Amino acid sequence: MKPVRLVHDDLRPPAPPPRRHLISIADLARDDVERLLGTARTFATSLEREVKKLPTLKGRLVVNLFYESSTRTSSSFELAAKRLSADTLTVKSAGSSVDKGESLKDTALTLGAYDPDVIVIRHPHIGAPQLVARETSAHVVNAGDGTHQHPTQALLDLYTLQQELGRLDGLHVAIVGDVLHSRVARSLVQAFALVSIRCTLVGPPALLPHGLGAETTTDIGAIRDADVVYVLRMQNERIQAGANYVPSLREYTARWGITPERLRPGQKVMHPGPMNRGVEIDPRVADSADALIERQVRSGLVVRMAALYDVLTGGPVGVRALAAAEVA
Amino acid sequence: MLWSKELPGANVVVRGARVLDPTAGIDATLEVRIDDGVVAAVAERVDANEHRVVDGKGLVLAPAFVDPHVHLRTPGREDEETLASGTAAAAAGGYCAILAMPNTDPVVDTAATLGALVESAKDDAVVPTGFLAAITRGQAGEELTDMGELAELGAVAFSDDGVPVTSAGLMRRALQYAATTGRPLALHCEEPSLSHGGHVHEGAVAAELGFAGYPSVAESVMVERDLSLAAAEEQPLHLLHLSAAESVAALRRAREHGVPASGEVTPHHLVLTDDAVRSLDPNVKMNPPLRAERDRTALVDALRDGTIEAIATDHAPHARHEKDVPFEAAPFGVTGLETAFAVLYTELVEPGILALETLLERMSAGPARIFGLERPRIAPGVRANLVLIDPQGVTRVTENSFRSRSANSWLLGRALTSRIVMTIANGAVVQE
Repeated sequence: MKPVRLVHDDLRPPAPPPRRHLISIADLARDDVERLLGTARTFATSLEREVKKLPTLKGRLVVNLFYESSTRTSSSFELAAKRLSADTLTVKSAGSSVDKGESLKDTALTLGAYDPDVIVIRHPHIGAPQLVARETSAHVVNAGDGTHQHPTQALLDLYTLQQELGRLDGLHVAIVGDVLHSRVARSLVQAFALVSIRCTLVGPPALLPHGLGAETTTDIGAIRDADVVYVLRMQNERIQAGANYVPSLREYTARWGITPERLRPGQKVMHPGPMNRGVEIDPRVADSADALIERQVRSGLVVRMAALYDVLTGGPVGVRALAAAEVA
Repeated sequence: MLWSKELPGANVVVRGARVLDPTAGIDATLEVRIDDGVVAAVAERVDANEHRVVDGKGLVLAPAFVDPHVHLRTPGREDEETLASGTAAAAAGGYCAILAMPNTDPVVDTAATLGALVESAKDDAVVPTGFLAAITRGQAGEELTDMGELAELGAVAFSDDGVPVTSAGLMRRALQYAATTGRPLALHCEEPSLSHGGHVHEGAVAAELGFAGYPSVAESVMVERDLSLAAAEEQPLHLLHLSAAESVAALRRAREHGVPASGEVTPHHLVLTDDAVRSLDPNVKMNPPLRAERDRTALVDALRDGTIEAIATDHAPHARHEKDVPFEAAPFGVTGLETAFAVLYTELVEPGILALETLLERMSAGPARIFGLERPRIAPGVRANLVLIDPQGVTRVTENSFRSRSANSWLLGRALTSRIVMTIANGAVVQE
């Protein structure tokens, strides 16, 4: 039941603003991306202070609903909400009613009954966030839905690139590995297109989908032209017997693994984690000064703070005004 | 081969309608009188004989439709559809005959199961209903069913629809043996090692949304295999729910070489493409999947030139809670009996893509011919199987508009041009 609100009808806005979710990069325009990155920079400044907690989302409830295991995404969303003073509630599928066979719809309705302001959801199925958005009145942030999208990962990668390379426009990024099964790659391809980053997809033929709108090649030599090499995790289930996406992990590593020899000096390397060292990425690369991997994790916090803030405030004007008022 | 409950024969006169039976070459404003369910007179002027008179001005009176491919979910999932609700839906859609697929629980693979269905149809079916029996026991793709006994009991054809017959050797034996029963095989063509895990046509939309792809070649490679076997055995076969341009090309080629093969296409494959999947609406998830625009136009062309002789709804009811899940978790299939004519009229006939005559033929005479059923026609002395259509009417598709027990329609919320005013099936008025 909706609470009764004692507001005179004539004080209401003529039409409620559309509820804002962050489900897919495809829903964003360049302005939205720039606004989100700007908000993240503002929060980064605030985190340099001795007391890192901001009162911005005080009294708001953020529910983290995780149907898949996750370390960095779930921890950074939780910390992001806490840094903004929101109440948080984390529900993991293991140990919850999901174990008893409760459907996503019923779980969403149950959590929706607490009137959360935001539901952050990670789910193995494409379209799960849309279902939660349909069944609850919360703002929904997609923390990864199957092989579809992982928008906050793409945003934190843009943030990292901007911080480390000083620009986005005109950069060239090669994404290497299992593009087919990667929600990160799908979000990145769209995000790169929005900010005019040239993108080349590199990997074994069966793992390169056609029709994503980026250049594709099976030739690992193509990474030399890129400013940044973005390495995707080679998921173990892809090399199980009978899958035959690649003949073997050994062969994959030999032909597409990122080694120091395959990189130009100074070429930056990114990885969304978790890494399989010695498989898709040589440990020497992972630990080199040119690897931005830890920087990506750090960016995750401020970008997720920005994402929570953005869905709850809506509209560039509101964001700037509130950011100025509350952060300053 | 068709069963329904006994209903009183209609005593009706339809006046002023455009009587349209493209197969018989009739297109004229005529009056039709039906006495006790039998067409008694078709003429410019007929006596009313104190019958009820229906004003057909502005309406089209045509042979009623035949759907060669529906899922009635009985036995096993009566919560989704029953013979009563499924045939009521058929009546609402203008059908005088439907054929039910055997992928129920249990599968229709024994005389006992088929016999029980026939008895139920005599009690519950308002529209004459025929049943296909499985090709293999339990549709497991290993052993042939007792096709002789099943055919004797009235199985119209044999199909493992829902799953393919994976083994080429078994398919060959099925073709050989089915020939002794005089009943065709109706084949769901899918190579599982190519479609494996796929939810959406392998193309740009699946790539962008991240869905595992179900490529066109997963269908066409099986179509080619089965057509080769049919050619080698010189036996007829029917290809269910064709979706890919390559499959259509293979069927056309085989027919040109004299292979006795036929094909059907669904309304959704004629109207939608994989672009519709962007909505992530589980009601656009079906097997085979919606494909690309070039596939859709190839299907329309094949329907127009007669390569594809039948329109089949592949009416596949699903419980609401089973479709109320993320796209990937949802079962395949959509309903179609109540909207097939109206959506095809709206999307193909009105814009001038398909002649009304062709649509009527492919929804009635075409499927009847393939399955050896009596062709619905408008002639003195035959049982009345007629549909009265208002081409200017509107069919509003809403959650509550269905006679089917299920509402998993991709047309929810749409207002379609044309409306089924009346259906007479096997002499009885079953819809008005």
